[in-house]
Parts: sequence; structure tokens; C-alpha cells
Amino acid sequence: MSEHDTLLDVHGLKMHFPIGKSLLAKNRGFIYAVDGVDFSIKRGETLGLVGESGCGKSTTVRAVAQLYKPTAGEVILKGKDLTKMAPHDLLAARKNMQMVFQDPYASLNPRMTAGDIIAEPMRIFQKRGLLDISNDERNDRVEHLMEKVGLSRFFKNRYPHEFSGGQRQRIGIARALALNPELMLCDEPVSALDVSIQSQILNLFKDLQQEFGLTYLFIAHDLAVIQYISDRVAVMYLGVIVEISGSKDLYKNPLHPYTQALLSAAPIPDPKIEAQRQRIILTGDVPSPDKQRPGCYFYDRCQKRMDVCKTCRPQLKTTEEGHQVACFLYHKPE
Amino acid sequence: MTDEVILQVRDLKTYFTVDEGVVKAVDGVSFDLHKGETLGIVGESGSGKSVTNLSIINMIPNPPGKIVGGQVLFSGKDLLKIPASELRHIRGNKISMIFQDPMTSLNPFLKISTQMIETIVLHQGLDKKAAKEKAIEMLKLAGIPAPEKRIDQYPHQFSGGMRQRVMIAMGLSCNPEILIADEPTSALDVTIQAQILELMQELTKRLGTAVILITHSLGVVAGMCDTLCVMYAGRIVERGKTDDIFEDPKHPYTQGLIRSVPRLDKENADRLYSIPGQPPNVIDLPDCCPFYPRCEKAKDICKKKYPPVTGFENGRAVSCWLYAEETK
Repeated sequence: MSEHDTLLDVHGLKMHFPIGKSLLAKNRGFIYAVDGVDFSIKRGETLGLVGESGCGKSTTVRAVAQLYKPTAGEVILKGKDLTKMAPHDLLAARKNMQMVFQDPYASLNPRMTAGDIIAEPMRIFQKRGLLDISNDERNDRVEHLMEKVGLSRFFKNRYPHEFSGGQRQRIGIARALALNPELMLCDEPVSALDVSIQSQILNLFKDLQQEFGLTYLFIAHDLAVIQYISDRVAVMYLGVIVEISGSKDLYKNPLHPYTQALLSAAPIPDPKIEAQRQRIILTGDVPSPDKQRPGCYFYDRCQKRMDVCKTCRPQLKTTEEGHQVACFLYHKPE
Repeated sequence: MTDEVILQVRDLKTYFTVDEGVVKAVDGVSFDLHKGETLGIVGESGSGKSVTNLSIINMIPNPPGKIVGGQVLFSGKDLLKIPASELRHIRGNKISMIFQDPMTSLNPFLKISTQMIETIVLHQGLDKKAAKEKAIEMLKLAGIPAPEKRIDQYPHQFSGGMRQRVMIAMGLSCNPEILIADEPTSALDVTIQAQILELMQELTKRLGTAVILITHSLGVVAGMCDTLCVMYAGRIVERGKTDDIFEDPKHPYTQGLIRSVPRLDKENADRLYSIPGQPPNVIDLPDCCPFYPRCEKAKDICKKKYPPVTGFENGRAVSCWLYAEETK
């Protein structure tokens, strides 16, 4: 992989949130939401991020977008480190990186019309002199974008409450596309949608990717959705990535015990297969990320744990071409 | 599962009156529930799944809602007609419910023990001490470690999965004949969902409880249910054995629904199949097939009249003009 075709490179990203920080009270510790994450995305590729709630998927994406200031680590977009940029440069860099959010109800301002919502990113960049576009061109672009995402341009003056969930998500996608970004950060964009609408939106994401050559960092907790949309998949657990691999490879040959359990727990819509499947049922819940452990974070729930897992933390290592896993079953501790 | 029918729902209609008109949330739903059976109800949001089940135990808020017709026959009595005092004796005792969100369905101010003992004392006539023992036993069955200690804790001290276990223990504590579970795992993660579904399956089998499982996930239905009802815009469009429906879905909506889910176990096509259009607005629906604007096989008659139910072998029933004509 040459430097040239890597669009986003994330190194040692950490995001720790202080608990109960105030003037008087002493800091009672941290939530280690993201605790050392490395990955890179090539131009035109989709990297899927899966994991259960609280594993740090959304925090990772928000730290990449610099919505949170990361505690440590580098986020290199097109060769420049976003974490060290001055605010004005960061704004300019954000043009290349836009977000689509999970909740199509909460992420649109109810007092703005669909047209205004889609035009807003362009208006902001116009104001700061970062985008050279006339108001007429801007209006044309809004209409063009609406048609691209499958909304009639006659809906421009309607308000969000007049749209259904799927249509609102289309507005959110049009808004993200407005600045012609290269990277789209999609935080569970289909989780709140019904099955029949979910497949429409997933197809839209694929079509747009082909047409505009977009790169996606795509979060979902539904493994089947992630398999469908992604080229590569990263599995997260308690703030770290435990396995990254090509999407087909991961589903055929999951290596990490957590990935195996996750895949076996996902229900498959076919009663015959369901009747025969052997499930790996994990015991217990995901532990709270409020302390750093010396050993493997999955130790408490792992069925294949060994003594070394308790004291030594496995690093992400390549086992075969394009398949990385953090587990001592596959490589010896150093 | 036996042939003994314990609950019959006949032509149930629940309407809501709102400013814009009448919402026919449930419009002529009929099904039977057998002893020990697990019946799944699937459909998209707004298709009337939850309203159907709230209507069964007569818990529709009135106004704006009203059950305008139909019967719900449970051990020879119509639950929609019996007096409230009698109904109270059935709810939570013979028929109990589990809701989607275990955070909001437990009272945050009361200890788990208070909430569980209340139900048991009320319905089973035990004294408090015996009721507490029974509650501890149920929590143990539901897989909660150290139930003697945990029972005196408050809901916020439990995780989401644990709270849903408490709800299941509570729901089954009076040995109900029917357990209605409204999206019991939708708020949970996959690994926790697998735990909870297995627990429900095991406990209801052991206690011989019939289950009505409402969900939007076809995967959950495939693994849990013996029979299945597919709802669209307030009506059941297809019902039958789960295996039969997945093998050979007959209604175009069921076909589309099954095809549009990405599959983990198979290679997916480059593009997913998707049902075009949006789910209908159920306000003042005309008397046509509500699915026809999105249906690939729609005919002229679909725009004029709602299709009658066509029966097939093995208890399969489909409401679609594709089949209605063939039998006429």
C-alpha cells in the first residue's frame, strides 16, 4: 500500500473521559472509551466497525472527526495530522470529512427546511471564504443533491417532521455530500430504520460510493449489514480493536474468540439453519471501561483464556495477508 | 405445542381518533394461540404489532384509542367484555407481559424485591415471606447470580441484560399461561440478545407457557417461533408455520421482507433487494390493499378492494389477490 492511496491513517488513538471532574471534587478516574486504536483506510474503500454498545465505536469516529479532542494519537487525513491543526485549518480539512448520524430525528434541526439543512454546510464554508460558490449555484446544488439521494426537489421547502425516517436519513446523507467530501463517517446510519427502508439506504450508500468514489468509515452493530457494506471489518471490544480483516475472510474464518462469539450470536433469518446452529453463548456483560487492565480485556468472558491472558495484553498482529488479530492463541507474548 | 387452543383473537379492531382522522392501527386481526406455542408477530414500525397485543389485555389508552370490534377469547371468556376487576386478576397472573425497554418498565424508586413480591402476593395469595422466597427462586431460574443479595437492590444497579432477566423472572413468577413479549431484545446487544432468547426459550418450555413474541427481526423469529404472523398496515397479511413461510413466502410483502435482509451465512448480491416506497400512512386508509403502491405484482383489483383470506395446507393463510382469484 503506497502512501498515495491511504486516505485516513489512525495511530494509537486514545480517548479518555474524566469521571466527575469539577473544581472541588478530585478527579475520580477515567473512562477509557478508546484505548489505543490503529487502522488505516484506502481511498474508495469501506471500513466497517462493529462491536457492542459501549465498546468505543462512536467515540472512535467522533475522535477521528475531531469532535472530541483525542487524549493521544494521530489522525492523519491526506497526509496531515488533524490533531495538531489550528482551528481554521481544521475547518478547511473537515470539508473532506463529513458525518452521517444514527438518529434521523435528532440530527436534523426541526426549524429548518430540508433545503436549508442541505445548504447549511455550504453556507458555513461560504461565510468563512473557504468555498467559492454563488447563491444560485448553491440552490442548484441542493436540488441536484436531493435528486441524487432519491428525494424530489419539490420537497425543498418542507420541514423534517413531514418526512418519514428513511427520507430523513436521505436528507442527512445529502447534507454530508454537500461539500463533496472524500471521507464519510457513518455512525450507525441504518440502525433506526425498518428492514425494508434499511435495504434502500444501504443500496444508496453503495451507489453514491461508486458515483463519487467515496470512502466510508461505517459503524453498525448489525453484523450482516457490516458484511454487506464493508470491504474490511474491524471488530472492537472495550476500546480496542481485537481483529481486522477483509470482510469475506472475517466471516468465513473468524480468529478472535470474541469475533467467533459475536458471529455465532447473530440470528440468521432462516429457521432451518437456526435449528442446527451451535451458539457460543458468552457469559456475563461487557465490563465497565473505567479501569485499564494489564491483561486481555476479553479475559473475563473468554472461553479459551489462558494464564498469560490475565497478565499480558495482546497486540494486534498480522497472522496472514490482510488479517490482523490481537490474541495469544495466534502469537506468543513477547 | 399441543392442539389445545388457549387464546382466540377474532377480527380485532382498534382505532385511534386523532386530529387528522381515524388511525386504523389494528383492523381485523385474527389468530389462534395453542398451548405451549411460540407465536411470532413481525412487521415494521406502525404496522400494529404492539397495539394488537395491548388490545388483547385491554390496555389501550382510551381516549384516543378504542377497541371498536372483535373478540379475544381466553378460557371461554371474552377479555374485551369482562369487568375490570376480573381482568385485573388475569393480567400479570394468567397473561403477563415483557416490554422492550427494561429501563422504563421497572420502577426506579422501588427495590426489585418490592416489585416482584407485590405481584406474587396479589395473584398467588402467598404471604410476604413465601413470596420473597418464590421471587428469589424465579431470579435464580432466570440466571441472576446471588439472587438473595440482588433482590434487595434497585433497578439502576442492574445492567440492561440483567434487567431484562428480572423482567422475565417477574413475568413468569405467577406461572402464566401466556407470556406476551414486546420486542424483548431489541434494546440489547447481540451477545446479550442470544443469552436472553435462550433463557426465554428454556424457561417457557419448562413451564409450558405459550409466548407471543413481537419483533421486527426476522432472525429472532426464525430461531424462536413455531408459527408466524406477518403484519402490514394493521392487518395480518400472511400467517402459518415459521418453516413454511421462510421456505415459500406467498405474500409479496413477506417475500420482499425476507429478500431485503442482508445475510451473514451467504454471499450477498452486489445490490440488496429492496421494497420500493415508504410504509403507508394508516390515517383514513381506503379499502384497498395497502401494499399495492409498493407491490411488483399489483393488479387493478388491488386498488379497489382488500383481498380476502385464502387458506392453504398446514394452517397457512394469505391475504392477497394473487391467490384469491385462483380459488374463486
